[in-house]
Amino acid sequence: MLVVRPMSVRGYIAAIRFGYGLRLGEAPPADPEAWLVGQIDNPAPPPQGLTVAEGFELALADRAARRANMEAPRAPNGRAALAEAIRADMIAQAHRALTTKEGYRERLVDFWMNHFTVSRRVGAIQPIIGAFQRDAIRPHVTGRFADMVVAVARHPAMLVYLDNQNSTGPASPVGERRRRGLNENLAREVLELHTVSPSGGYTQRDVQEFARLLTGWSVESRVPPVGFAFRPATHDPGEKVILGRRFGDGEAEGEAALRFLAEHPATWRHLATKLARHFVADDPPAEAVRALEAVLRDTRGDLGAVARALVRLPQAWDRPLAKMKAPMDYVITAARAIGLPEERADVILTGLAALDQPLWTAPQPNGWPDGLAHWASPEGLMRRVDWSYNLAGRVPRADPRAVAAAALGPLGRAETATAVGRAGSVRDALTLLLGSPEFMQR
Amino acid sequence: MSDAKHASFRIGRRGLLLGLGATFALGRSRVAFGQAAGDRRLVVIILRGALDGLHAVQPYGDPGAAELRGALMLPEPGQEGGLLDLGGQFGLHPGFANLHAMYRANEALALHAVAGPHRSRSHFEAQDLLETGASRSMTSGWLNRALQAVPSAGPSRAGIAIGAGVPLLLRGPVPVGAYAPPGLDRPSEDLMYRLAELQGADPRLAAPFAEGMRARGFAMQTLGAPSNDPDRGSFPRLAAAAGRLLSESGGPRVAALELGGWDTHASQAGRIMGPLRLLDDGIGQLKTSLGAAWARTAVLIVTEFGRTARVNGNLGTDHGTGGVAFLLGGAVAGGRVVADWPGLAPGQLFENRDLQPTRDLRTIAKGLLRDHLRLPEAAVAQAFPDSRDAPPMAGLIRA
Repeated sequence: MLVVRPMSVRGYIAAIRFGYGLRLGEAPPADPEAWLVGQIDNPAPPPQGLTVAEGFELALADRAARRANMEAPRAPNGRAALAEAIRADMIAQAHRALTTKEGYRERLVDFWMNHFTVSRRVGAIQPIIGAFQRDAIRPHVTGRFADMVVAVARHPAMLVYLDNQNSTGPASPVGERRRRGLNENLAREVLELHTVSPSGGYTQRDVQEFARLLTGWSVESRVPPVGFAFRPATHDPGEKVILGRRFGDGEAEGEAALRFLAEHPATWRHLATKLARHFVADDPPAEAVRALEAVLRDTRGDLGAVARALVRLPQAWDRPLAKMKAPMDYVITAARAIGLPEERADVILTGLAALDQPLWTAPQPNGWPDGLAHWASPEGLMRRVDWSYNLAGRVPRADPRAVAAAALGPLGRAETATAVGRAGSVRDALTLLLGSPEFMQR
Repeated sequence: MSDAKHASFRIGRRGLLLGLGATFALGRSRVAFGQAAGDRRLVVIILRGALDGLHAVQPYGDPGAAELRGALMLPEPGQEGGLLDLGGQFGLHPGFANLHAMYRANEALALHAVAGPHRSRSHFEAQDLLETGASRSMTSGWLNRALQAVPSAGPSRAGIAIGAGVPLLLRGPVPVGAYAPPGLDRPSEDLMYRLAELQGADPRLAAPFAEGMRARGFAMQTLGAPSNDPDRGSFPRLAAAAGRLLSESGGPRVAALELGGWDTHASQAGRIMGPLRLLDDGIGQLKTSLGAAWARTAVLIVTEFGRTARVNGNLGTDHGTGGVAFLLGGAVAGGRVVADWPGLAPGQLFENRDLQPTRDLRTIAKGLLRDHLRLPEAAVAQAFPDSRDAPPMAGLIRA
């Protein structure tokens, strides 16, 4: 006998608001809170992909061949080995999103990837963005925020993306000899985007001092060990004062400054606001922000504790679910809802591109916007239904009413069920489901 | 499936035969094979959403029509905006100019009061059964199973799906090709309006959605009326592509296309115009692009079921039973309406609401496989299992 439990709607909310929705055939969790919290402690291993060393090696071989006007190395399928390896990394990520049973954890990974944006728009880092996610983001998603900040700032992808690898202390040996100088980009974005945010009250002077401190934080891409390299010859000597705190010379002092900023009270507020905006509402309720902020402060930035606190927020379970899905959420949840076969994870990548949020390609270091104002644009909505219509065209046969019921459960409105049931084809019916307001939001 | 009910109607119907020949009554007689089977081309167009057969091919000679059809009755042939005459009893919707030209050139047939063997009013179930060609659910389509007996003539696969995805009709054991021009495929106008309606639940989405539609040339103030949808050309372009592909000597021999937007539950007179013009434009393009191959081509146009004989409360029609199919092409023995007309008088309707079907669609498809593609009996049986009660229809193809 089917027992309809009063809590069942929470199972759908857990899957949709916190995760990537239910994959066709997947039942909503019977104990939603336990299901979410259970994802915090025992993560699945990350998707496989290129290491930083492998990525750089491929890129170097490709570049060397092109410089010598020779044909670039090829993959067995005849395509350029470099492009093929990069694509494999992206497919692996799309495949993970399509098939994961840890939707909440994956959403957290996505959140922090966006918080610490690196982008394919800087071509040189394309082969190591997957590695960035595996090395700097995933290990810390439910760990300590300061560890993530340090891992990110040391990662070659971020050092190249934000131009720190050649930042040179004006008073360093190399600086004095070659008249090279500071590049403030990484220092500024760590302050503005990654940690305290403008409300932290830093000044241009703080940015410059921090940039001086981060000189020498560079990348070795040729000679093993490939990866992060601290180059004392470009490090600016002398004392640096950042937000009133004094720092000395050397690599360790740079890490100390990052940890100082990562555990600054302004950072707690900044992160709490962003998390509440992402998981609760565009205009997050003050009490939700305060609750998350308190957890961050009391645990000194334990992101696992914050992930648990998010689940406990009563506002996160409020209906209707009114967060507009970004294409990242929309495309993945749609592909899961219709039961896209796992070998077609490439469909997710083309979908993200079609909806103007191509994977790992944010236009700027502040990442993709998170809100209805940006994603519910007239043309954006038109493209959404165009894409859904094409996705729905891939489904050879289905009972759309059952697909709708499986995807939305009690969150689906009667009007949508009626429209789906009365549609003239499976394709139209699924397009109506995927284009319904309740499916487009989470 | 209710064989008994179906049979009881056979007794009471009028047995009216319209058009030229009594071809279908000739039973199982076979035509002689004059041509290599490999030259023949077959196109199947599925109209998804259920075309209203009584609107497309209006039985203006039936005294019961006017009362049932009311606002959807079109003026008789010869009057302004009137039907295109099909030989005295039936008239073609005036939007079908290309189809009518083919009819007058004896290259098009209308087959009325047809339906599959099932009696489902669910679009999805009925389309599944239409495409599987069975009265039970299967995982392959009849056209794919038929391809098992059709050798490919060159490097191309014998069958090809035109448009996004491969319809169930063409899915199955035989690998088929697929052709979809990039960027063409967009939801129909009707579907866009339905999506817009759904957004009504959330003003934050309804406003930008309406704006997006305006930017694409939809006119919200004429909801339901045909508008200048910029992608109106999509189906005709697909049809033209299908013709080009099929016209190549080593190209595919069998193609499937689909066209949605026929589910006209409201304001049917206006809403049917969009898909109807697309269909008519498409078959015109198909003929043109086939060139000389048109003479060896048959195009079967089918829908999952007909619609209610009576107009509903929103000037539309609901899901029904008997409907219309079209067969066109240079290979077709056309210029006729083929119908064992059941009548529209009280007591003649199926379940007192729908046109009573008097011909099983499978007999038409089987007739094409046998007489057009020249498939042996066993291959036809493989395409349509358990269909002994639906023998192949003779006389559809020029001898």
